[in-house]
Amino acid sequence: MFQLDAELWRIVLLSLEVSLSAVLLATLLGLPLGAALAVKRFPGRRGAIVTLNALMGLPPVVVGLLVYLLLSRAGPLGELGLLFTPGAMIIAQTILILPIIAALARQALEDAWREYEEQLRSLGAQGMQAALTLLWDSRFSLITAVLAGLGRASAEVGAVMIVGGNIDGVTRVMTTAIALETSKGDLPLALGLGFVLIAIVLVLNAGAQLVKEAAQRRFG
Amino acid sequence: MSSSILPLTLDNVAYASNGQRIIAGVSLSIEAGPSTVILGANGAGKSVLMRLMHGLLRPTAGRVRWSEADPASLRRRQAMVFQRPVMLRRSALANVVYALQLAGVPSGEREAQARAALDEVGLRHLAQRPARVLSGGEQQRLALARAWALHPEVLFLDEPTANLDPSAAREIETVIKAFDAAGTKIVMATHNLGQARRLGDEVIYLQAGRVLERAPIEQFFARPATAEAAAFVKGELPWV
Amino acid sequence: MGVALAAAIAGFITVASTTSTEQSGLFRHLLPIFTAKSGIEVRVVAVGTGQALDIGRRGDADVVLVHAKPLEEKFLAEDHAVRRQDVMYNDFVLLGPKSDPAKLAGTKDVVTAFQRIRAARAPFVSRGDRSGTHFAELEIWKLAGIDIGREKGPWYRDTGQGMGPALNTAAAMDAYILADRGTWLSFRNRGDLAIVVEGDKRLYNQYGVMLVNPAKHPSVKREMGQAFIDWLVSADGQKAIADYRIGGEQLFFPNAHE
Repeated sequence: MFQLDAELWRIVLLSLEVSLSAVLLATLLGLPLGAALAVKRFPGRRGAIVTLNALMGLPPVVVGLLVYLLLSRAGPLGELGLLFTPGAMIIAQTILILPIIAALARQALEDAWREYEEQLRSLGAQGMQAALTLLWDSRFSLITAVLAGLGRASAEVGAVMIVGGNIDGVTRVMTTAIALETSKGDLPLALGLGFVLIAIVLVLNAGAQLVKEAAQRRFG
Repeated sequence: MSSSILPLTLDNVAYASNGQRIIAGVSLSIEAGPSTVILGANGAGKSVLMRLMHGLLRPTAGRVRWSEADPASLRRRQAMVFQRPVMLRRSALANVVYALQLAGVPSGEREAQARAALDEVGLRHLAQRPARVLSGGEQQRLALARAWALHPEVLFLDEPTANLDPSAAREIETVIKAFDAAGTKIVMATHNLGQARRLGDEVIYLQAGRVLERAPIEQFFARPATAEAAAFVKGELPWV
Repeated sequence: MGVALAAAIAGFITVASTTSTEQSGLFRHLLPIFTAKSGIEVRVVAVGTGQALDIGRRGDADVVLVHAKPLEEKFLAEDHAVRRQDVMYNDFVLLGPKSDPAKLAGTKDVVTAFQRIRAARAPFVSRGDRSGTHFAELEIWKLAGIDIGREKGPWYRDTGQGMGPALNTAAAMDAYILADRGTWLSFRNRGDLAIVVEGDKRLYNQYGVMLVNPAKHPSVKREMGQAFIDWLVSADGQKAIADYRIGGEQLFFPNAHE
């Protein structure tokens, strides 16, 4: 059983590493994208918004398959040797949750922009400057968008299974471990892992909520 | 300091939105000096006219011309205070510093100038308070401090006290008078006749998007030239 | 897993193998022994046989270890590997419910058993996923003279799943199912299932190992991959395979030199 604990630790840490890395990357890319869409007017804007919203529903297993074809030695990015590594899993999850974070951010920021636009433009804030100010000021309501991305990344199994290969000790994360134990018929273990996963996600969410509330008290 | 951005000239400016005509062929010139009050009933188009002048809206016909061509310089030398102040989620001081940053003031000087502006409006003791938890009157004073820090040539005010109680409104009027005394050109929209009398030197009377009358303030109130203006002054507004 | 490393880690290879092999626990037993000796880390991607060979075709694995000889020979013919070697075999067992609707008790002949299942239209779960187990099952239907594609009915459940989930389904449905012994021995959710036929030579499941052709796939780690294969078929490797037990029972029978 002690062996199991060490192994469980490794699986949990890898899950956190992969999902949190993906959330970080998707946030760095997605928030500016959402801000730009919220603030800038350009031809085709409506189509871009509709497409982004639709991409929120990308099936993880499809993303996994596409990334697999990209990273396979037989594919265009095969030289990178990323397939079956945690790096590939991070890439796949980033692609998966980027639309979620960007689309939800866009919605929140568009609402905020309605409030701020006149004043910011009156003060002379243009384009990128205004978008960044808007982003920073809305940072606490954007936590919701980031959490949605984190939730999706932690929960998915389709993408990481295909691009990671669920390799024992290398690319096995909580969700793929649960899938494996279920398919082995070891349901109690699978359930146990499932509860650990839920507990972790709950803790992360609770933490974020506390931060949000404290900040709201401090900044108004 | 380079030459004034005034006079501001509107050439047959019109503005329509969603098929509705809001401003119809306004031609006028705003000169330096007297405080200009734009009077009119709700829906007359005062807010839209102000935004056209300030540059937040583009006219659908006609031209808005300042005496300064460079847009960045133009932006820095006029400021606007809105009916509802919009503050960032930062301290009161930081909000003023932000405006100074946008205006290109070197970072070493921003805080000192911001504090001076807060002093001017009597908000020194609230410098570190989160701006969004201040009262309505305090936020509006903060908006004025923000504008003050920029030392604008022209200050637009769109019904600045419409949401405030009388004592807060008086405080705002005091600050506006200070702006005026410092040489800032005041252009203010209001439907509060008493306020217009207290603060204005001349009146532009707007109705249904047209300028019906323009006169020095006492003349407008004593002898309005049009029947509609007379009705407005008497406090009776014909429903359009 | 508590084996001390005798050699420093020199690198790793990727081996594409099957879910049933991994789920039997063989790799957890075998690989640390090899790594301790050679310093080579072995990363196993365990998927269905079809997918494992596809991974090899793309050059995403260095070595392929599966148990479906016809498909392996096709792989060879396509030049994705240069040589195929026998490594070991395990066997399949026919599992059935206590209620035994096809009346198989006492049968030693798996072909007869299949014929009786068909005749009784007893519930039967198939993997239906192009896996080695699936192909073995199809072979037996053929030997029994049954064209299962045409003769299947509602009693025949084509699940398209791996061995574990298929066993779950069979246990829940009280159905017959062909399974590899390894997965069965580790399977916890047995319901009323038990072994009804075993030991028939036609139930033997041969494993073959191939190095993915480095001429065709330059990224293949030729030396390390070959070292692994050489070890598997060596006396040491073959003994390690034979030493693997579940509940005291041997699962895999080394036959590299037969």
